[in-house]
Amino acid sequence: MNIFHFMLQNRAEILELTGEHLWLVGVSILIAVIIGIPLGILITRWPALNKPILGSANIVQTIPSLALFGFLLPVPWIGDRAGRLAILALTLYALLPLIRNTYIGIKGVDPAILEAGRGMGMTARQLLWQVELPLSAGVIIAGVRVATVICVGLATIAAAIGAGGLGEYIFRGLAMVNNQVILAGAIPAAAMALVADVCLGWLEKRLTPH
Amino acid sequence: MNRYSGEPFAIEFRKVSYRLKNGRELLRDLDLEILPGETLVMLGRSGSGKTTTLRLINRLLEASEGEVLVEGKSVSNWDVIGLRRSIGYVIQDIGLFPHFTVERNIGLIPKIEGWPPARITSRIRELLELVGLDPEVAARYPRELSGGQRQRVGVARALAADPPILLMDEPFGALDPITRSELQRAFLALQQRLRKTVVFVTHDLREALLLGSRIALIDSGHLVAIHEPEQFTSSADPLVSSYVGAFEGVGPRAV
Repeated sequence: MNIFHFMLQNRAEILELTGEHLWLVGVSILIAVIIGIPLGILITRWPALNKPILGSANIVQTIPSLALFGFLLPVPWIGDRAGRLAILALTLYALLPLIRNTYIGIKGVDPAILEAGRGMGMTARQLLWQVELPLSAGVIIAGVRVATVICVGLATIAAAIGAGGLGEYIFRGLAMVNNQVILAGAIPAAAMALVADVCLGWLEKRLTPH
Repeated sequence: MNRYSGEPFAIEFRKVSYRLKNGRELLRDLDLEILPGETLVMLGRSGSGKTTTLRLINRLLEASEGEVLVEGKSVSNWDVIGLRRSIGYVIQDIGLFPHFTVERNIGLIPKIEGWPPARITSRIRELLELVGLDPEVAARYPRELSGGQRQRVGVARALAADPPILLMDEPFGALDPITRSELQRAFLALQQRLRKTVVFVTHDLREALLLGSRIALIDSGHLVAIHEPEQFTSSADPLVSSYVGAFEGVGPRAV
């Protein structure tokens, strides 16, 4: 039985696990975007917060993912449900690229443009929404893209704590010493990462001002 | 009060000093009165404090000491956004918004101010004509324009809400000599029609003599002298004559 045959046979379960995987990644990225972009904007306004915020996000990235899932298990409410825990962990990993790219994007806006805008009497809010964010949209989306690809990969490990997703097949295959089962989880996960990368790459290109 | 007409000065500096946080003084005890409708050129070398002076007017900088008055009212008593909207601002780097078309760039402040769309459209057309641009550039992006066209758009944008005062910081400094002289002529024609109060910063004596109704020489944060162009070149002040000497063979209103 070859791998495609195997995947075809188990398509219902693979589809279900893919759905779980998408849910884990999608919710995490959404939360990370909602938190990360404002934090990135915040540190362009208060440079004193720059080091503590980027530093903490950086430290989170250095924690091995399996260990992070483990650390969070005893946390009340979060630890009650594996899905919650996985989403929190993935969100934490996704924050750094989002905060950093938002910061870099806004800092990269030509100072002459901001000087002109301020001098014309635009308020800080008008400058942010009409100038700084549109001009840094490409860089911010690049951050979303990096975060998404990281999360698709990391979400496979969420299966270790019972959060489901395509990692289920990978861990099962590892336990069974069966490459076919491993691949049945790994191939859809890789495809998902690739599709996300291409789509967000296209969006990034469209939003980058020439 | 203005001793000539009884109206307030358009802009007035009273004993204004400006220091950086590290204590370096960029401007010291500046006293300067700018009359409504005149083109005051601030002339000086790089780092002399002329741009600082300009930025104190629209409160991009705040005076460390003294007071800056715009239309008789201290800038610290103005609502800063309202102050800036009544002052057009043109800088050397232009600062057009690259993601906006020419017409959105020009119409930005009118739009923020809530003008009806039809009035914005007709204002844009009027301004393009005023600065000598083809109406068809309205739909283009700044990157599709030449340097001279971009600077014309910069001027049109500064004039959009019809501010009584215009600040220009080396607006033609980055242009080639031919384009620069075209824009200088266009500026003169424009100023003849509009009679705005203009404060124009440059280091180029020829430009100062051509455009200014008065020329103020700034050096190391001090106002050295202020003269009409005809008197400027013949001034006995050593700093003025050394500045003039550096541009030998240049007479008033000569290009």
